[in-house]
Amino acid sequence: MLELSHHILDIAENATRAGSKTVRITLTEDTGRDRLTLEVADDGRGMSAEERGRALDPFFTTKKVRRVGLGLPMLADAAERTGGTFTLESAPGRGTRLEAAFGLRHLDRQPLGDVAASLVSLIAGNPDVDFVYRHRHDAAEYVLDTREIRQELDGVPMNHSDVLKLIRDNIAEGLEEIGSEG
Amino acid sequence: MAKLKISDLKKIKEKVHAETALREGDRRVRVTVHMGTCGIASGAREVLDALMREIEESGVSDVVITTSGCMGLCSREPLVTVEIIGQEPIKYEYVNPNKMRQIFKRHVLEGEVQTPFVLARGAEIVK
Repeated sequence: MLELSHHILDIAENATRAGSKTVRITLTEDTGRDRLTLEVADDGRGMSAEERGRALDPFFTTKKVRRVGLGLPMLADAAERTGGTFTLESAPGRGTRLEAAFGLRHLDRQPLGDVAASLVSLIAGNPDVDFVYRHRHDAAEYVLDTREIRQELDGVPMNHSDVLKLIRDNIAEGLEEIGSEG
Repeated sequence: MAKLKISDLKKIKEKVHAETALREGDRRVRVTVHMGTCGIASGAREVLDALMREIEESGVSDVVITTSGCMGLCSREPLVTVEIIGQEPIKYEYVNPNKMRQIFKRHVLEGEVQTPFVLARGAEIVK
């Protein structure tokens, strides 16, 4: 993966395939502690203890069409090579929560990249799933909650091109306003 | 803080409701971008982005986008499937934003399959 936003898309796509109704994505840039933290939490079917134990093994997957599962191992590796950490919590029927912490200014940290494109891709491909995207930069915060947008749209599909354009522009504007360093 | 304007959302709602009242049919084409880890690492998000912008520019409302996971042909990613209702699905391999724009203009809008980019015809069977 070239950007952290690609990881975000990959992990959140996994969450949608696990039957999640709401996926929460939180990015926190803490300049004082020199930390960038990504948290993805879903309400999907969760993992068994065995699956959770082997989730970082690149040669373990629950898929039938291939024998490798690289998404989580690559994210954990990307975090750890910047002096960061990776934690995973999951239980059957209780969803999954992962947290990847990166050295914010570490030379090896991947750039955040185009988060708006990842969010819009997620909404376009999964119009029935809700996404709550929260991005903090020290004290400033930007929040996008598709549940609020859905309520206002009154039956208009979330993946209508006009809605996606509005969301894309809003995210870009919001991240600029909070001064994201990603 | 950047806040989505309720008035903008209302405008979209009114426009879409007016379009729906005029339209007789529903969806004509479904385009699936395969969005597994392999696809994303190979550029599937950029392909989907190009597709969304083409739909936005052309103003069509009968094309639906979906995403799916890895189908096991990781070395051929990014993969895109175009299904025109009543016709067999076409799977395109090694798609990039330029190829996606061509597939949209020629195949999705005009019905002309872009043979040089085709991996396979038909749906995959999972055993």
